[in-house]
Amino acid sequence: MFEQFKTRAEGVSAEVHRFTTEAEALAFLVDFLRTEGVADAPGQYAVVADCPFLQSIDRQQLEEVAGLWLEVTRDRAAAAKVGISQMDWALADTGTLVQDASAIDKRLVSSLPIIHVALIATSGLLPDMPAWLSEAHPETAGYLAMITGPSRTADIERVLTIGVHGPERLIIVFVDQLGGTN
Amino acid sequence: MQQDFKQSIDRALNNANLTGALGKFSEAYKVNRAKAYEGIDFEELRGKIASVKGYAASHLEELSRQFKENAEAKGAKVFCTKDPAQVREYILKVAKEAGVKSIVKSKSMATEEIHLNSYLEKAGIEVGETDLGEWIIQLAGQTPSHMVMPAIHMTKEEVSDLFSKEIDERLSSDIPRLVKVARNELRPKFLKADMGISGGNMACADTGSIVLVTNEGNARLVTSLPKIHIALVGIEKLVAHFSDIAPILKALPRSATAQLLTSYVSIITGPTLNSDGSMKDLHIILMDNRRSEMAADPIFKEAMQCIRCASCLNVCPIFRLVGGHVFGKVYTGGIGTILTAWYDELKSSEDIQGLCIQCGACKDVCPAKIDIPALIMEIRRRLVQKEGVPMLQKSIYAVVNNRRLFHGMLRAASIAGKPFSRGTKFIRHLPMFLADLTDGRSLPAIASKPFRDVFKTITQPKNLKEKAVFYGGCLIDFAYPEMGEALVKILNKAGVEVLFPEGQTCCGAPARYNGAYEVAAQNAEDNIQALLAERADYVVSACPTCTVALDHEFIATFESLGRKKYLPQARELAAKTIDFSTLVKKLVDEGRLSFKEGQHLGKITYHDSCHLKRTLHAEQSPRQLLQKAGYELSEMFECDICCGMGGSYSLKLPEISAPILQRKLKNIKDTGAPMVAMDCPGCVMQIRGGMDQLEGAPVRVQHTVELLAAQLKG
Repeated sequence: MFEQFKTRAEGVSAEVHRFTTEAEALAFLVDFLRTEGVADAPGQYAVVADCPFLQSIDRQQLEEVAGLWLEVTRDRAAAAKVGISQMDWALADTGTLVQDASAIDKRLVSSLPIIHVALIATSGLLPDMPAWLSEAHPETAGYLAMITGPSRTADIERVLTIGVHGPERLIIVFVDQLGGTN
Repeated sequence: MQQDFKQSIDRALNNANLTGALGKFSEAYKVNRAKAYEGIDFEELRGKIASVKGYAASHLEELSRQFKENAEAKGAKVFCTKDPAQVREYILKVAKEAGVKSIVKSKSMATEEIHLNSYLEKAGIEVGETDLGEWIIQLAGQTPSHMVMPAIHMTKEEVSDLFSKEIDERLSSDIPRLVKVARNELRPKFLKADMGISGGNMACADTGSIVLVTNEGNARLVTSLPKIHIALVGIEKLVAHFSDIAPILKALPRSATAQLLTSYVSIITGPTLNSDGSMKDLHIILMDNRRSEMAADPIFKEAMQCIRCASCLNVCPIFRLVGGHVFGKVYTGGIGTILTAWYDELKSSEDIQGLCIQCGACKDVCPAKIDIPALIMEIRRRLVQKEGVPMLQKSIYAVVNNRRLFHGMLRAASIAGKPFSRGTKFIRHLPMFLADLTDGRSLPAIASKPFRDVFKTITQPKNLKEKAVFYGGCLIDFAYPEMGEALVKILNKAGVEVLFPEGQTCCGAPARYNGAYEVAAQNAEDNIQALLAERADYVVSACPTCTVALDHEFIATFESLGRKKYLPQARELAAKTIDFSTLVKKLVDEGRLSFKEGQHLGKITYHDSCHLKRTLHAEQSPRQLLQKAGYELSEMFECDICCGMGGSYSLKLPEISAPILQRKLKNIKDTGAPMVAMDCPGCVMQIRGGMDQLEGAPVRVQHTVELLAAQLKG
């Protein structure tokens, strides 16, 4: 299922990575934030929505990144270059990520910044939408969000253009041994 | 037809940007859509959608009530109303009470339908569209020309001019740069807005959820950033169960934009906390605006199944020429014609219903299984019922239905037109107000002897084992009797005697397609009596439009008029009716007919006639027969797109028919084949007439019947 997911997600311009351990994923993340020039300046922040991944890693490594905020506010998210959140499910046949996004922070970090880094436990992979629908509980989740690739439009002369109102890059990070789910 | 309507067509046709952009898009769409549906059983999928939406349409009250209960249990406020005025007042009241100064909107056709923006703006509230296409047309002061791509009629240069003015900086027409400008300009509007207004693609009754399907990410911001969210949802968006969204989410993105899934799907069930810790003020308005009347109509109920993908616009040969604005201000294209007739009023569709050429391309791709052409025909029927048949049309039917008189008059016109046919088989120019009819297409000269008289001179072999009644139809009878002769020759060879009952008359298609069902019903009765009078194994026709009339439409016409008397005979006739190529293919397969062996007749291309392919589904037989006879088939681009004839369509809207024909001629020529075959004498008339006026080496245009008759063995 992972390979199918990767093909589909890359087909809609997402970037897909996979790591075995949380530590490896964290190392990738820290390195990625540095490469992207995350800094303590408006427009260069990184914001992280609370998630199980944060509970089980060495948070200090993240906290050492200047300009990275674990407490998300609307203003910070609006001035962030990178937003990080954890997704709950991944649908292989369309390359889609699904999240219980009832908590506003999760939506702020995945919709306002230019780059969205989406962490996902490999165990969250499902074959398709019907498989997810049979597991979904809208009655206990006020806002369920599906994300398939970065924000896009073709409203001018039908020319596909990436990055309108949402992120222009979507980085998907699968972690095989990611403890707990949302 | 209204003068200003004709003018709007002319303006659209002369807008090269528009026709260029739409033409390119329609070509790409076809390929991309097919790719998106790879590996999916489309018939099964649309069957599911039709059943889910059909169920909802017949349980609207129950589902509205259930939705309201469930959404309110989750903390949403649900307002149900039949009246668009109440929708506007409700929204303004909520806005005023909360001191709303600015609103951001994501795309919602329902708000376009009730002209919400201007109403709120008049009340002093700033309303910003945030969907890129909607923002563009808002800046331009225009209305959407397409349900999914509102600004598809505009070029990047026009957009760059608009944006330059808006931000007071000279911009180039670089599209990514223009998109970036939109992001930067709209971001502060999102952040400061006090209210967000969205539409809803689905509303699930059992959970009280609304589902939003978007690509740009603006709907996520509209529903997340402002403290108030109002979703305006037409009641046709209701589905009974949460799980019902699966087939719709599978089809909608594939049909709308050829995507497997849009970038974002948001499912909102009750309010959630805002970023300052307060609870979102969530209002959902379920709007009727004549939808429940539509659902209660036994015929138009089907239109409630629409999921607003706009694929009927994308495949329409007329839409790609004239664009959306010719159709009106809100809903455009095929489904738009139907929705306008209801949400607005029947009268509003008087002109635009005439744009439909009845080719059936939209019916083929509709993911909700709506027979759009049939519903447009029903609009025509009701318009005629309400307002009567125009006098000129009435007198035409009187003539058409009298075969001898009809032929006599046509023949007289043809002889009077002799200077115009210059001794050829064509009328190339007509004087004065008829000139349009031969603009880009010559008309056939009328045969001196109609087929009904030629037939009497044909000697058929004795003691043939089967009998077929031949239904000629106007064109073979009066313009192309040689096609009838070819048919007799082929059938005789296979041991079938051909009968030609004199009492046969017009198949009623011209009347029916113009909404004159009473006339069509009379035609049906006369033909049933004539064609069933003789005992025969088959009733065969070499005109797909006539075949469809005999096979489907006599029954449909009686049913919609509630006339039961001739229904059993209509069914008997339908059971015997068969189109020419299907019958010949059967005779060949049975070993009763064969072609000369070892023939190498060279390249040929085949044009699919609308009714043969999309109603009779008989597009393979003629291809196989032509290849068996020795032709090498070379398919043309868009082989199954209408040639622009559409019966009397080419007479009523020649300015639209002509460019459709030119496109067809080009596609034929591009194959390099010296010959094009087709199964419809109407298409022959259109395409042969077009070739006659084309420069360069002409391509021969033949009915399959003539080509096959020349290659019979023995």
